[in-house]
Amino acid sequence: MNLRPNTFAAPSRFYAMAGTLTPWFWAAALLFGLTGLYVGFAIAPTDFQQGDAYRIIFIHVPAAWMSMLIYLVLAFWAAWGWMLNARMASMYARALAPTGALFTFIALWTGALWGKPTWGTWWVWDARLTSEFILLLMYLGYIALTEAIDDPRRAANAGALLALVGVVNIPIIYFSVRWWNTLHQGATISMTAAPKMVSTMLTAMLLMTFCFWSYSFAVVFTRARAIVLEQESDNEWVKGLER
Amino acid sequence: MIGLLLAVTRRDLLMARRRRMEALLPLGFFVVAAGLFPIGVGPESQTLRQIAPGVLWVCALLAAMLSVTQMFASDHHDGSLEQMVLAPQPLVVVVAGKVLAHWLTSGIPLVLTAPLIGVLFDMRAQSIVTLTLTLLLGTPILSLLGAVGAALTLGLRSGAALMFLLVLPLTVPALIFGTGAVGAVDAGLSAQAHMSLLGALLILTLLGAPLAAAAALRISLD
Amino acid sequence: MNWTSLDEFLYMGGYGLYVWGSYAATLVVMSVEAVLVRKRLQAAVGALGNSEASG
Repeated sequence: MNLRPNTFAAPSRFYAMAGTLTPWFWAAALLFGLTGLYVGFAIAPTDFQQGDAYRIIFIHVPAAWMSMLIYLVLAFWAAWGWMLNARMASMYARALAPTGALFTFIALWTGALWGKPTWGTWWVWDARLTSEFILLLMYLGYIALTEAIDDPRRAANAGALLALVGVVNIPIIYFSVRWWNTLHQGATISMTAAPKMVSTMLTAMLLMTFCFWSYSFAVVFTRARAIVLEQESDNEWVKGLER
Repeated sequence: MIGLLLAVTRRDLLMARRRRMEALLPLGFFVVAAGLFPIGVGPESQTLRQIAPGVLWVCALLAAMLSVTQMFASDHHDGSLEQMVLAPQPLVVVVAGKVLAHWLTSGIPLVLTAPLIGVLFDMRAQSIVTLTLTLLLGTPILSLLGAVGAALTLGLRSGAALMFLLVLPLTVPALIFGTGAVGAVDAGLSAQAHMSLLGALLILTLLGAPLAAAAALRISLD
Repeated sequence: MNWTSLDEFLYMGGYGLYVWGSYAATLVVMSVEAVLVRKRLQAAVGALGNSEASG
């Protein structure tokens, strides 16, 4: 098969490709995960200031990174699908959203559990936490909007517009909250101060990031395949699958 | 273009005048919602003065969102919205005209009523002035963002609630700068930085929102 | 190795609740997502057979 840049724009080819690659992504996720956890718990030392509580960082930071990355990727593919009328791109964007939302939730949840023992509080309204919280609302809004519209094309395009508006807004929100916090001196403790990164800690964190990244591909590819079948059920190639 | 803008605004104002009660509902909500807080929180002046900017801003936010679907709803119902989208005239201008009408019917009354509610919250005169100014700059932002949300959720069953979920996170910067300005004045500092940022936000929204709302209308009606 | 016994490992220097609370929540969430997504694909594949039969 000749691979061109737009080869997988065809739902049928994406479906086949994703089906082939997904098991590999699961395997990679498992491998990175086990290795990362091993390095993170067996090798990385206890932190001087935070004790063993800091080990939450091995999920918290990768989850936060994924939550932001997935939103950007979602906005990209959604916009692509809208501008170029590319159905697969739109379907892929919709497949990304729940996974992004879940990582955002994990980031918030683990952040709270990390903050309580180390800084004495479950939550502060600093820029990062507030923006992450609003990011969760943006994901939920995207999902709610695309689910509320029956026509797939209108749903995808409306979602694309919303996602683009969100991409513009999130930096604005982040800076406004950061600015707001600097004016309220002493009102907040920064919950973002991580322990000084010993190289083993960094390694574990990166391994977990790759784990989450592989996991995302596996889950999103599977969801995208399901969406392809749901939305393309009238097409010949789909009917051919059953036989 | 200005002619078109004013014509659309005038038309929407006329329609609002015919349904005066409907147009006044957001104001009613604003007063009732804001008025509930002292009852819920307690009448202590110190507390009320502290929460006043936030409470008033959030209530204004919610009140503005309540009426924003009306911008497109009735025109969508009788098919005239589709005609507007298909017409050769720039849709952006039509949207701008509708936003202006919405602001005049929903926003301005909030701005004018805020001082009275401020008195209920025992705010100082200077704070009330600042609050009113922030609402003067902020309510157009709310109308503009609301237009985008209303256009996206046009005709959907759960439209209004969904629109709240979509639009309210976007209003956070305006909320921060608006209430921050009053907080600054309360602390004896200048609110200039906040007001400048709020102004900048208004300009940014003025440039972006009508475009986004027009695009959203096309998406919703195609 | 950082810990000399399983008990110490679970205790996590006193922070066991927070650390394991985080990891457990993450594992649960990710597992549930994986299962749900698998089910969705299976249902979609299953629906193919139905539409074939009726259409």
